[in-house]
Amino acid sequence: VNAWGYVTVGYVLVFAALFAYAVHILVRGRSLSKQVPPERRRWM
Amino acid sequence: LIEPEATVPAHTGSRATRLLGLVTLAGAAIVLVLALVVTGPDAVQGDAARLIYLHVPVAIAMNVGFGLCTLGSLMYLWKKSRWWDTVAVSAAEVGLVYTGLTLITGMIWGRPTWGVYWTWDARLTTFSLLFLLYLGYLVVRHLPADMDVRNRRSAYVALLAFIDVPIVYLSVSWWRGLHQSATLSLSSTISGMMLFTLVVGIVVALMSFLWFLVHRFRVAWLEDEVELAGLDLAIAERRAEAGIVDVTPAPAEATS
Repeated sequence: VNAWGYVTVGYVLVFAALFAYAVHILVRGRSLSKQVPPERRRWM
Repeated sequence: LIEPEATVPAHTGSRATRLLGLVTLAGAAIVLVLALVVTGPDAVQGDAARLIYLHVPVAIAMNVGFGLCTLGSLMYLWKKSRWWDTVAVSAAEVGLVYTGLTLITGMIWGRPTWGVYWTWDARLTTFSLLFLLYLGYLVVRHLPADMDVRNRRSAYVALLAFIDVPIVYLSVSWWRGLHQSATLSLSSTISGMMLFTLVVGIVVALMSFLWFLVHRFRVAWLEDEVELAGLDLAIAERRAEAGIVDVTPAPAEATS
C-alpha cells in the first residue's frame, strides 16, 4: 500500500484546519474589538 | 500608565504575537521539510510513520492545553479571578482543536498501519471520550447563566474532564489494543533523525499552541467585555425606567 496518499491528506488537513481556525480567531477578535471601547481592550 | 486611545489596536494582535506567528510559520516549514524529505521512512511502517511528526506533537499540545485548563479552573475556584477563568476557557478550546487534529491524524495513520480508520481500542475509546468531555465543557460554558455561576460551573466540569487525561495516557499500558505504546518514554526506541524531527515538531506545535492561546484569550476577554457592557446597559435602562434620569452605563465590574 502506498502510504504517501495518507501522509499527504494528513498534513494538508492539519495545516488547513489550523489556518481556518487562525482566520476565525483573528476575524472574531477584530469584530469584538470594534464593540469594546479602547480603555477596556486591555487584558493583561 | 494608560496608553493613548489612538494606539490601542482594534484587534487581538501585538508585536509579540506577530513575531511568534512568523517564527512558528518558519518552524512549520522546517518541520515539513524534515518530516517529508530529510527523514527517511520507518523500517517497519514505511512512509506512513511520517504522520508521527504531526500526530504526537498535536497530542502533546493538546495535553498542555488541558493541563492549563485545569490549572486555570483551580486558580479560578481559589482566587475567583476572571483572568484565570479566561485562561481556562481559552486553553480548553484550543486544546479541543488539537484533540480533533490528533484524532484525525490518528485515524489517517491507522488505515495504512492497522487496515482500518477506527477501532474501539482502549486508547481510541478513552481519547474520543476526552474529546466529548471537553466539548461538553464548552457546551456548559455557553449555557445561559450569571457570569460567576458560569465560571464556577465550568471550572468544576473542567476538573472532572481532566480525570480522563491520565487514563488516556495509561490506556496503552492498562489494556492490550492496536495502539502502540507511548512514543516518548524511557523505554521508547525512536532515535537519530526521527527523534530530532519529532522534537522539532513538538516545539513548533507548542509555539503554535501558544499563538492560538494568546489570541483566543484576548477574544474570550473581549467576549466578556461585550457581555458586561450589555449587562450595564440593561441595568442603566431599568434605572431609567424607575425614574433615574441618567442612562449612562456605569463601568462594568470585573472580578479581579
